[in-house]
Amino acid sequence: MSAVDLVIKGAQLPDGKAADVCIQGDSIIDVTSSYKGESVTTIDAKGCIVLPGLVDLHTHLREPGREDAETVLSGSKAGAKGGFTALSAMANTSPVADTAGVVEQVLRLGQEAGLLDVFPIGAVTQGLKGETLSEIGAMADSVARVRVFSDDGNCVSDPLVMRRALEYIKKFGGVIAQHAQDPRMTVGSQMNEGELSARLGLKGWPAVAEEAIIARDVLLADHVQSRLHICHLTTAGGVEIIRWAKARGINVTAEVTPHHLLLTDDLATSYDPIFKVNPPLRTEADVYALREALADGTIDIVATDHAPHPLEAKECEWQEAAFGMLGLETALSIVQMTMVNSGLMSWQQVADRMSHKPASIGGYEHQGQRIEKGSFANLVVINPTKLWRVDRDLVLSNSSNTPYHGHELPGVVEHTVFKGKQTVMNGQISRVGGK
Amino acid sequence: MRHLLSIADLSKIEAISILDTAIELARVSDGAVKKLPTLRGRTIVNLFAEDSTRTRISFEAAAKRLSADVINFSAKGSSISKGESLKDTAMTLQAMGADAVVIRHSASGAAQRLADSQWMSGSVVNAGDGTHEHPSQALLDAFTIRKHLGLGKSDLAGLSVAIVGDILHSRVARSNVLLLSKLGAKVTLVAPPTLLPVGVESWPASVSYDFDSVIPFVDVVMMLRVQQERMTEMYFPNAREYSRYFGLNSNRMKSMKQGAIVMHPGPMNRGLEISADVADSSRSVITEQVTNGVSVRMAILYVLLTGGSLDAGGN
Repeated sequence: MSAVDLVIKGAQLPDGKAADVCIQGDSIIDVTSSYKGESVTTIDAKGCIVLPGLVDLHTHLREPGREDAETVLSGSKAGAKGGFTALSAMANTSPVADTAGVVEQVLRLGQEAGLLDVFPIGAVTQGLKGETLSEIGAMADSVARVRVFSDDGNCVSDPLVMRRALEYIKKFGGVIAQHAQDPRMTVGSQMNEGELSARLGLKGWPAVAEEAIIARDVLLADHVQSRLHICHLTTAGGVEIIRWAKARGINVTAEVTPHHLLLTDDLATSYDPIFKVNPPLRTEADVYALREALADGTIDIVATDHAPHPLEAKECEWQEAAFGMLGLETALSIVQMTMVNSGLMSWQQVADRMSHKPASIGGYEHQGQRIEKGSFANLVVINPTKLWRVDRDLVLSNSSNTPYHGHELPGVVEHTVFKGKQTVMNGQISRVGGK
Repeated sequence: MRHLLSIADLSKIEAISILDTAIELARVSDGAVKKLPTLRGRTIVNLFAEDSTRTRISFEAAAKRLSADVINFSAKGSSISKGESLKDTAMTLQAMGADAVVIRHSASGAAQRLADSQWMSGSVVNAGDGTHEHPSQALLDAFTIRKHLGLGKSDLAGLSVAIVGDILHSRVARSNVLLLSKLGAKVTLVAPPTLLPVGVESWPASVSYDFDSVIPFVDVVMMLRVQQERMTEMYFPNAREYSRYFGLNSNRMKSMKQGAIVMHPGPMNRGLEISADVADSSRSVITEQVTNGVSVRMAILYVLLTGGSLDAGGN
């Protein structure tokens, strides 16, 4: 046998067994206990864990329109650094991704960056206004083959519009990813409504504004027999509704962000808008309910809701500041810290929640495959015993609004492999410009 | 003490010390020459990013009576109205050498942002931030209660105070609940349930929806302004109904305890939360609050900028 392109030696697979993963071209050609042959490149991965490349179903890449905050290229770098081999570009760009033209542009920018797959998400309604359906069919039939539709940032609050959208996407097996936030109940809302918002004088964002929409939409999805995905679930009550809906057989999936698995609303006490995010940070009881739900599968996936903002959007008064925080480069570390190190989840489950399931929800065929012969070589090698310190001045994103600045986190992404090529080598971006 | 951002940051001793200092400084205001040289050569900036008349004038008078140089910086006609950020405004003030900034701002936490940031190094006095706090108002209210009810230099133990109206949006209520309870008073919040914040149970105050059941038992009735915009936001059916249940009129005033007083931070909506005859009655200490405001703000600036308080009987 001639030399293979790349061998990852001695890494622990998600199931806990150590193996050598052999890669030729863009595929895994063998997974063996001990590879004895030649290889062009060898990664010594003893003590590391190899997972299928991470897939993010919820990323704000800001291009077109806000390239000062992020570009498809800078977001791709941040994603690769965080162990991702696929991102889903949210539609709330400027112009909005509500036509085939815009989603094809984002797809092309992703291919040019070449560091990972960028799957554009299409807007449900024109201009995210919640009034008229966007050209969903044209986006689905475009080169971008859009399957996930979302007005994220805004809620599809009109029940009739939501019903129609859910029905329409059945034509090609799509999914509506709902940003569950009743707009009337959250006019001017700044943080989780509770004892703390009352004390701080910041307008409350009540849990019921999220839960009421989730409850309505699982019933709608049931009624029209379509597929619903709930973005960034944040409340214990929302978890209960999803649990009920799944028990009833309703076709619903849900995501949780890394920051909602860790951070709580008391961080607003500083009035530092680095902690301002939508939906807001909730209480400790919510955090524990979310962790439990992610572990037991009620919540299907982790998605970053990576939301870059320029400095001036955060260096101001809380109520003037933009909502959102960076997530791509820290997601895996936060999941390791909150879910694996706490004993709630195995690495196999991490692979499921951060790769297999999100790829399956998005219909991303070449992503989220098992680490086995014949699969596409989309992989991440992480050292779970190493610690690293987050430095907002060193992030690869164009923005620096990470809430973890100065914090020491577990788990270092040593290597990311995208379609057989190393995009991250020893923690550094190694390759830009695929095509 | 470097800043005054929230009553929560004050110990009871510090609060009493400010009130005692204000008693001493009030004598200056009563004298023929209303001026002390204490802050000569110091610069105090009144940064009023939200409209205000009485608080701004009160701080200005206080600073001038302590001989400080005062710069007034208001939203209208300033760089703020041109969209300048708080950061740039703060850095400008720093460059001008402000020793203290008195800030009024529509954003909750704006004063704290100014104090915590590296944008400027002077003292920060919160003169009202959004719906968060208005500590100098609470201090002048406590001062007025103490003075008017003849409590000398003691705390407010044994007193009952009702705060009536829009608690949800009131920074005056937040600061007063914290301060009056700290000083030993029993505070009752009276409002329709829609105008009480979620989580109010955790505040050091009791809650009532029934003004009439509370009014005979309190020593102080503090009425809060009902903002015009609340009318259209469905917090209550209409102004007349609000007035009927939560307004203080002469009929309701008759059931007040002997010697009990009526307060209002102003500006008043006469005929809505308070009737004109009550506002002008002998129980009303509303104009006295304004007078006391200057002494209390002198005390605040004195304590923050000189680092000390005036001893009782001193000067």
